[in-house]
Amino acid sequence: MSALAPLEVRGLTKHFARVHAVDDVSFELRPGTITALVGESGSGKSTVARLLARLHDPTSGSVLWEGGDVSRVRRRRDVLRYRSEVQLIFQDPFDSLNPVKTVLYHVERPLRIHKMVPPRQVEERVHELLRSVGLVPPHEIAAKYPHELSGGQRQRVALARVLAVEPKVILADEPTSMLDVSIRIGILNLMMRLKEERDIAFLFVTHDLASARYVADDLLVMYAGQIVERGPVEEVLAAPLHPYTRLLLAAVPDPARRLETSRIEERKGLAAAAVDPPDRCRFLERCPLAIDICSHVTPPLVEARPRQSARCHVTAPSPLIERTP
Amino acid sequence: MTALMEAPVETRTSAPALLELRGLTVDYGRARAVDGVDLTVHEGEILGLAGESGCGKTTIANAVMQILRPPGRISGGSIVFRGEDLVGKSDEDMRRFRWRNVSMVFQSAMNALNPVMRVGDQFVDAMRAHERIDKKRALGQAQELLELVGIDPDRIRSYPHQLSGGMRQRVIIAIALSLNPELIVLDEPTTALDVVVQREIMQQVEALKRDFGFAVLFITHDVSLLLEFADRIAIMYAGEVVESAAAQRLGTDAQHPYTQGLLRSFPPLSGPMQRLTGIPGSPPDLRNPPSGCRFHPRCPHCAPDDNALYLRQTTERPVLREVAPGHAVACHLVEQEGA
Repeated sequence: MSALAPLEVRGLTKHFARVHAVDDVSFELRPGTITALVGESGSGKSTVARLLARLHDPTSGSVLWEGGDVSRVRRRRDVLRYRSEVQLIFQDPFDSLNPVKTVLYHVERPLRIHKMVPPRQVEERVHELLRSVGLVPPHEIAAKYPHELSGGQRQRVALARVLAVEPKVILADEPTSMLDVSIRIGILNLMMRLKEERDIAFLFVTHDLASARYVADDLLVMYAGQIVERGPVEEVLAAPLHPYTRLLLAAVPDPARRLETSRIEERKGLAAAAVDPPDRCRFLERCPLAIDICSHVTPPLVEARPRQSARCHVTAPSPLIERTP
Repeated sequence: MTALMEAPVETRTSAPALLELRGLTVDYGRARAVDGVDLTVHEGEILGLAGESGCGKTTIANAVMQILRPPGRISGGSIVFRGEDLVGKSDEDMRRFRWRNVSMVFQSAMNALNPVMRVGDQFVDAMRAHERIDKKRALGQAQELLELVGIDPDRIRSYPHQLSGGMRQRVIIAIALSLNPELIVLDEPTTALDVVVQREIMQQVEALKRDFGFAVLFITHDVSLLLEFADRIAIMYAGEVVESAAAQRLGTDAQHPYTQGLLRSFPPLSGPMQRLTGIPGSPPDLRNPPSGCRFHPRCPHCAPDDNALYLRQTTERPVLREVAPGHAVACHLVEQEGA
């Protein structure tokens, strides 16, 4: 849609000692677009969000934002400015709210710190923000303490607080996984409304493919630190290329499946593939499609269909290495 | 002949009752967390119990095990296991009953393992607390059980931190099986795990259930998981069971507006995508539940236009009625349509 790419990630890499938590990850977050990043626990997806939020320094690679590399900015003023425009929300909103402070306090603080509105208009703006995330009546909600709110309401407060600084990018790290299923949809709908109304770019980190399909435009699938498949969410889920995407898809509880009585196959090993990874496919042990080359060449990300890429020698072979012995 | 062929397929439910709750009521101070619940778990079946946080589903599990934390107490009804009422049993009797007949796996039970004790020793501890068995035999059994839940038997020598979350949860399930219980209570056993691990554990529970023949009371807020793995499902709202049916029937023919709302809360993975609404509002404060049907403030079918119906919805508590064999619903709307 928009030609402007506010946040561009290039070759982002983060090693924690021998663990290659994030390895050569590249993607763009475009305004008015939700990009879902899915994978299992330990795949590195949360580390990507934390790198973008500047909570870690990358080992290598860059994060381009408004023309400059922000992945290593150190000057306090620059870091603050970046953080006010690229905001992170966490899985458990309860942890990030001060239990002895009211909702009003939490939402007005960023307004005052970043001097978003004149002091006299702060309270009015808080009410506006609460209303925009569906917390009504705002004056009643503003007076409440975190423990008086439900999980869904707390996550809405977290969103209101983030919106206070008018960010261009929101990094949402599993924002719905602690919530009841009946409440989740409300938060997902709110994310979609915000992207449409405010042209915000979202990174939605989740392990739930169904939620990803519901809200996202683009999908990134991560396994053992690498992006193993990417593309428009509908296309990827309708015809996944990578065997790991297929595995994830098969694992989602599906009421219809009972009648079909199909079952996914037991997997052989567990994912420890990101520790000192040798030159081979990291999904090898769990892969039903593996061929000889998979055990000695790391598959590159290859665009096997228009806009859909995968790291797989079998389903997305690279013309450059296909014929090498 | 034809009558025979048309007999209901739910023959499973005709297995003898293992656990029967009759009018079970549990109070936490002024809040009535469970209000007159009738529920039956038959031998060898997986009964799923679902509802939002705070609906009373975990309280039911804790009441069955009689591990309610004060001020929680059973203030009415009975919990009948194989014909014997557990309410009012002595602590010593209950201690023997727990594990011997029933094992419970808690939410994030994986954190319940002792971090400074090898996995094998934790099996030995659990077994020896309940029966006389020498250590060597207990360790041998532990290895067999680990293998059953898909973990390398050599892991008896591992410490919990050397295992992933999913492996620890499977170890807990294996320990729960070690005393060969007749009923296993699983309280959100896979909620903290990702989907791939969740599916593996559920498939294992299903396979073990077939081999060992125990029954499962499976508690979760994720109805989609139950639709696939449970035999029957009971839906709870604000301390009451509002609908119960065979899993397949509930998936295709849910009658209670709350159940319908829960089922509509899952975005589909294939087919056309529609904007979903979930269930607006939040569950009520149980210290002061709404009058009449407790779901009426959130119910899409409760409006003052129909005067007579609205009066009933807001003043009269609906009771569970069978709308088809094995399918019960507590809703004025359904009652009215059936009449």
